[in-house]
Formats: sequence, structure tokens, C-alpha cells
Amino acid sequence: MVEALALDPRRLIRGEEPLVYTIDLKKYFPVKGLIFTKGYVKAVDGVTIAVPRGKTLGLVGESGSGKTTLGRVILRLEEPTSGKIFFDGRDVLKFKGEELRRFRRRAQIIFQDPYGSLNPRMTVFDLIMEPVRVHKIRVGDPQEFVARLLEKVGLNETHMFRYPHEFSGGQRQRIAIARVLALNPEFIVLDEPTSALDVSVQAQILNLLKDLQRERGLTYLFISHDLGVVRYMSDYIAVMYLGKIVEMGPAEEVFEKPLHPYTQALLSAIPVPDPEVASRRKRMRLQGEPPSPLNPPRGCRFRTRCPLAFSKCTEEPPLEEVERNHWVACWAVSGS
Amino acid sequence: MVVPEGCDPIIEVRDLKVNFYTYAGVVKAIDGVTFTICRGETYCLVGETGCGKSVTSKALTRLIQPPGRIEGGEIYYYPEPGKRVDILKLSEKELRRIRGSEITYVYQDPSAALDPLYTIGYQVAETMKAHGLVSRIKEGVRRAVDILRTVAMPDPEVRVRSYPHELSGGMKQRSVIGMAIANRPKLLIADEPTTALDVTIQAQIMDLLLELKRKTGMTLLLITHNLGLVAEYCDRAAVMYAGRIVEEAPVRELFKNPLHPYTQALLKAVPNPLARMDKLESIPGSVPDLIRPPRGCRFHPRCPLRMDVCSRERPPEVLRGRGHRVACWLYTDEGGVAGG
Repeated sequence: MVEALALDPRRLIRGEEPLVYTIDLKKYFPVKGLIFTKGYVKAVDGVTIAVPRGKTLGLVGESGSGKTTLGRVILRLEEPTSGKIFFDGRDVLKFKGEELRRFRRRAQIIFQDPYGSLNPRMTVFDLIMEPVRVHKIRVGDPQEFVARLLEKVGLNETHMFRYPHEFSGGQRQRIAIARVLALNPEFIVLDEPTSALDVSVQAQILNLLKDLQRERGLTYLFISHDLGVVRYMSDYIAVMYLGKIVEMGPAEEVFEKPLHPYTQALLSAIPVPDPEVASRRKRMRLQGEPPSPLNPPRGCRFRTRCPLAFSKCTEEPPLEEVERNHWVACWAVSGS
Repeated sequence: MVVPEGCDPIIEVRDLKVNFYTYAGVVKAIDGVTFTICRGETYCLVGETGCGKSVTSKALTRLIQPPGRIEGGEIYYYPEPGKRVDILKLSEKELRRIRGSEITYVYQDPSAALDPLYTIGYQVAETMKAHGLVSRIKEGVRRAVDILRTVAMPDPEVRVRSYPHELSGGMKQRSVIGMAIANRPKLLIADEPTTALDVTIQAQIMDLLLELKRKTGMTLLLITHNLGLVAEYCDRAAVMYAGRIVEEAPVRELFKNPLHPYTQALLKAVPNPLARMDKLESIPGSVPDLIRPPRGCRFHPRCPLRMDVCSRERPPEVLRGRGHRVACWLYTDEGGVAGG
């Protein structure tokens, strides 16, 4: 049997240096019964991934796959049940005091809902300056500093003393981005940053994020259920299903040559904005729905919906490298 | 008015206007919308938040609630070829016979469409009883098992006794679709039916809708913001922007040869999962405030090709090719000259 621990995250993506990586990371949430704990939701169950410096790792999966939990655990917004997280070569779980505070500045998150993530009683100026004050960063003239940031994200200084309710969803997401940039972070978890926005505005925000990455060498973990958006944003892709990574590799390769049956099904389920292609491509339809994460199937978690499932699938398939940097956890693909 | 050849209309909407009277002012949500849905087709209203696609679909059975009001236009429903019903002149009682029976709705959020206190079977039976298809609830519940089987609900005999909270999102939406088809509607209006669901479940639900349509011969009106769904599942589509239809065409034509600058920009702004894209084009600015909509063409403040006339006068509808109409000055004689 192959132990998940045998996987060295630094070798997942050869030719790149990981800024962030995890080893066999687990996050279980207890489910309370009347008196005793009834069981655990294994939201993240043994995940080993690497995010290369200056690049974007796209994390895709359906609701309940654990992608958001994974992002939060990596930032230590939730304490993991077990496993390790490394940031810039150092063990994140050992950070304390000043060191933890520095990590909190260098690693940031942008949330999906720009309506819920900004305090409605603070002006844009205060919203942006709050984290700066918390981290005691010297910025010179605060107004000039905020004005520069606003310009950077496509707003301007006339917006500085307004409140969040005066802005549209897209503008609010720009404010959230400015707020994060104020701390000059290196790593940003983007958790469905455009899911609440209309397509015409979504494109603006995605392009802004790409420009900022190029300019500042930012490293992104981009979480989304929208495969079109993920393909546009990512250099590498990791596909999650019920708490596990089932496939991981260079974005182009995963999209052009998906190997795991779940990835294939996911790609063939997305409606494509091109009627010519839509009528020609072959479809693969999944039966049923994802099982409950409280009681996932033994072995490969996808086997209950998998068209290729066979007896071996009751054992857990290890993540194996099938082609350079392209990893798959599937008995039908890796054989043996 | 553009109607495809051989079209047997089931719905005709002419110059529809809907306003919402709010404290902030009058929201001109629908401003002169005209279209025809042909019997048996899948027609689509596509657009972004606030473009008026849902309001338009609700107006079809006069479901607009105060402070909203239908302020003008005509809506005709043809239960069968040649038989015309003027929706705006019906009494509330006559309308109720059509709504929920001949014309039914499926909305985005299945939890909101189901009553948490009743079983799925009871709720399906209730719709049938309300429209006289069965005389007793008990009989309806028995028939509900077949209906749940039709919508591919797993274990229909068990699920008929389930309460909504016991079902997943996909199963709830299947139940709602079951309620909507229980009375064998002629027109099913699906308003973002899969937006709350995961993609693999979305595919199942869309396939189900199309299969039901094929089996029963009903007409489907799909309201969506998702251009992928339009491309995969619709016959004809109308693109809406700020309360107006800016372009209407058969789906293949619309994607191959989009004419309106808004449609063109929208298609370039959607990331395509099956193609490599180096740069997404974004549309600058955001959707206008419909209390004070821009004069002339409502898209002109964001339009890369705007001309003087665009901010002065509303663009007329121009017919370009088969069943393809566009409301844009670029395609008129005046605009063509001014633009060229």
C-alpha cells in the first residue's frame, strides 16, 4: 500500500519553487449527537498540494468538496486536525506571536461576497487603513497611500470617504482587493472572488487580479466552481472531490487531457458558450449526487458515481504521476 | 416583428412596459419589449442582473406585484393554434386557471418554492387538486409517485413521503419541476432553474427539462444569465439589457454572428472552459440605474462604438438576415452613414 505521506509536495510541480505547500493535511469537523460526537465531516482528508511562487493554482470542485475549508486551513483561519503547512519553507503551524502576525500579513484572503466582507459602517478610507494600523505598517501620508491604492484597483480618490453601500458589487470587490494590497502580501487565497458578479464585471476583476499578479509577483490559490474562470486564471489545477485531490497538473493539460473520470465528467457537464462545439462534443453524464461527506464511500470516494468503477476501487487510490507534473488518483488510469 | 417561418405562436408580447414605483423614484424595469415564442421551441431570455428578464417572464401571467405595474403593451397567449387569449384583459379568476396549469414556473431556489411543513407528495397532489386534475389529495399523492418517477427522482415511493429538508438541492428542484409538469402545461417558464446547483447536477436537470419537453411537446422559456446554457439548450434567444431586448436570433446565428456591441462584448467576456483565452475583454462601467436610464440607447455609455445619435434617440429595431433582429444605430441607414 502506498502511503499518502510518501508524496513530497516539493516534487509535485517540478521546475517550480513552491511558496506554499501542504503535507497530508486534514480537517475534520465533529458532528454532535445528543451527548456524544456522532461522527466527523472529513472536509479535507489528506491533501498534499503545492502552490508555486508567482503562479496561480486553481482549486476546483463542487459544493461540499472541501475547497474553501482547504483555503482557510492553509491560512490558519481554521486549525487543521493533522498534517503540515509550509509557507516560504517554514512550518506555518509552529508560528506564534510576532511570527504568526507577520504570516497573517504576508498571506491574505479575498472572499466571495463583497457585501458581507466589508463593514458597512466604515468608509473606504477606514476599511483600507484598518489592516495597515493593525499591522503597524508605516505608509507616509495615509490619504495619499489610500488614493494610490484606489487608483491601482480602478477606483479613484473621490471614492475615499464613501461607504460600502454606495458601491456596486464589482466596485466593492475592488475595495476588498485594495484592502488586501495595502498589506503588500505575497500569497492570496481568492475564494470564488467573482461568483457574485455579472459576467461583464467579472472580466474586469479577473483582469485586474492578473495584472496585479504580474506586477507584484503574487502567488494565488484560486478557488472556484466555474471551470471557465479557473482555466483563464490558473497555471496549475487541482481537482477536489469529497475532501481529496483526485487530479492535479498544468492547467492546459488538465483541461485538454483530463484523466480522472470525475474531471472528465465535470468538464463535460459545463455548458460551453459555443453552439457548434456544444452539439459536437461527447457527453458524459454522472448519475446521482455526491455522497454525504459525513459518511463517504470507502476507498475511492468517487466510485459510487464512476462509470469506470471496478473491484479495486474499494481500496484508496494513491495520487500518482502519470505524466510530467500531472498527477491522478485513479486505479483505472494508473493501472495496477 | 420578427417571427421565424412556420412559427405557430404560443406567446406574443408587444411593446411591454413595466414600472416599479419605489420611494427612490420610478424604475423603468421593462421598456418596450416585443417578442414571440413559437409552440414547441426552447426560447431564451438572456442577460445580466437587473436586465428585466425575470420581470418579463412574470408579466406573462401578470405575476408582477406592487410596487410593480404593467404600464403598457399587449400579451397574447394561444392555448391552441388560432385561439387567442388576451392576458391583460382576463379576470383574476380566469387567469388562475391558466397560471399553474397551462403556464407554469420553475424558479431558481427550490427551497423557497416548497412548503417545509408538507411532504413532497402532498405538494404535488395539491397542485393537481387545485386545477381539478384529481378530486382528492389521496389520489393525487398516488399519482405523485408517477410524476416523481418522470422527473427521475431516486426512490419515488419513498421520496413522495419526504419533507423538503430531507432532500438535496437537486432532488428539491426535481420535485419543483414535478409540481410544474403535474398539470401537463403548454408552456413551462424556467427562471434560472439550475443557478443554485452544482454543474454535474445542473446538467442532469437541464437534460431532464429537455427530455420532458420532447415527451410532452410543451414549450420551454428559459431565463438565464449563463451563455453556456443558451448555447447548449436553446433554439432562439433574446439578449436583454437594461429593460430592453437589444438582439434576438436563432442561437447558432447569435453566437456566430453577434451584431449588437453588447452581445459581442458579452460573448468575449465569458471565459470558455474549452478554449485557451489569453485576454478576456471586459465591458467598462456597470449596468445603469433604471430610475434615470441613459437617454437614447441604454447601452451607449458603455459602448465602444457609440455615435452622437446613440445618446439622443432610441435605436430602431433592424432586421438582419433570417429571424435576426438588432436594436442598434450601427445597422440603420443613418447610423451606417454616420458610423462609416
